[in-house]
Amino acid sequence: MALKAENIWFRYNRRDPWILENQSITVEKGERLALIAPSGRGKSTLAMILAGYLKPSSGQVLADGRPLPAKGVCPVQMIFQHPEKAVNPRWRLRRVLEESGRADRIIPDLLGIEPAWADRFPGELSGGELQRFCVARALMSGADYLICDEISTMLDVITQARIWEVVLKEADRRNMGVIIITHNRHLALKTADRITEL
Amino acid sequence: MEQKKEPLLEIRDLSVSFRMYSRGLKQTDLRVISDLDFTARSGEITAIAGASGSGKSLLSSAVLGILPDNASVCGRIYYKGRELTPDLQKKLRGTEIALVPQSVAYLDPLMKTGEQADGHRKPRPTEKREKLFRRLGLPEQTEYLYPFQLSGGMARRILVSSALLTDAQLIIADEPTPGMSLEQALEALKLFREMADSGSAVVLITHDIDLAFEFADRISVFYAGTTVETAPASDFRKGPDALRHPYSRALWRALPQNGFQPLDGFQPYAGALPEGCLFAPRCPHRTEKCTVQVPPSREVRGGEVRCYYGA
Repeated sequence: MALKAENIWFRYNRRDPWILENQSITVEKGERLALIAPSGRGKSTLAMILAGYLKPSSGQVLADGRPLPAKGVCPVQMIFQHPEKAVNPRWRLRRVLEESGRADRIIPDLLGIEPAWADRFPGELSGGELQRFCVARALMSGADYLICDEISTMLDVITQARIWEVVLKEADRRNMGVIIITHNRHLALKTADRITEL
Repeated sequence: MEQKKEPLLEIRDLSVSFRMYSRGLKQTDLRVISDLDFTARSGEITAIAGASGSGKSLLSSAVLGILPDNASVCGRIYYKGRELTPDLQKKLRGTEIALVPQSVAYLDPLMKTGEQADGHRKPRPTEKREKLFRRLGLPEQTEYLYPFQLSGGMARRILVSSALLTDAQLIIADEPTPGMSLEQALEALKLFREMADSGSAVVLITHDIDLAFEFADRISVFYAGTTVETAPASDFRKGPDALRHPYSRALWRALPQNGFQPLDGFQPYAGALPEGCLFAPRCPHRTEKCTVQVPPSREVRGGEVRCYYGA
């Protein structure tokens, strides 16, 4: 049981240079893998391919041996670097949470999401507050794999420590595979079992 | 506190509220910054650290006069000893006062990054910009790319370049380093250091507090819309015992390399602030006094702290 990207090639346009050249990566269920690379090396692109947001120019992504579904909830959920670009600016945050299909309060409470925030629009919350919604949405979707692309760079270090505590506890409880993309080596050492460079 | 450098920006008792609809046509004021004091001096980097949603970015919007229409501001902001009025703000922003915005969404999606960094300056500072791009490690052809073709870290470096291309005397950098690798972040901070050393005042809003410890002269710690401590950066390098406020110490201990310890509880929501010290509900040292009255700002060991017990 693993999430595998095999021989991934990617570029936006035929005339553009390759962003990813023959990249392969595997994360087992229950494993936490940190991915470290300089900015612009294609980490986020690879993350988007793993979560099914981009189609590779060639190569394949398999979750537990099957290609990612074209419909329904994707078993690979991604949390983005910029939460303000990952939520619909015209939706109240209640709807953003409901998008995950579940509406319990357990995970939002653990993440410190104030019930009153649900009535606001994304533009009315700070980046750190917004990111908690994105984390909650991903965790509540019942995904087997989680891709965290610089999810805590917007957050103060106390909130960062708290959010990782929630994410890692939930990941362990559900035996999820987690890919952690970060530039912070200290953070990688604290959150991952294995570190790989792109 | 050391007063050898002249304050370029001085903020006293600043409060910012938002007028919001609560129910139907009923409006309420949501106070997001209260009784905030802040000073930036020429030749210095003053870092602002603190909780997400503690009003750090709003402070920069208040200084630039770009708060949304439903915001109201009271308190005093002085720039070079003169009151910073809306007219003055309009005149100074983009020339004497530069902003590195927090969100990469501030880039114009339909404009190539090179033109964007140059701005409206005539003649275009092409040579200077190319040098900056090189120093920040942006690949050769970056100036011809559109924002959607950039990685997060590249977009940040474009934002930093645009501010550094101005000859601003006050640079407010709102989270300039996320998404950059450590080497790039260090280079960006070095550039800010050079700006400060050549006489500008730099305000560095950041969550990469370990980097701020190294590059800043002073650090202001924000919590729930107010400053809880302002201290020389060297105190943060020394460790928690040199700090004056329990929240500053908690920040230090939450760094992954210093224990990765979260603190119980959350920052109070602007609509439901506690009486007295805003940090009291989470504070291990609180006493009855703390829950009754807001502690005034006091000078302690060359820093300022808003805590009855800061020593």
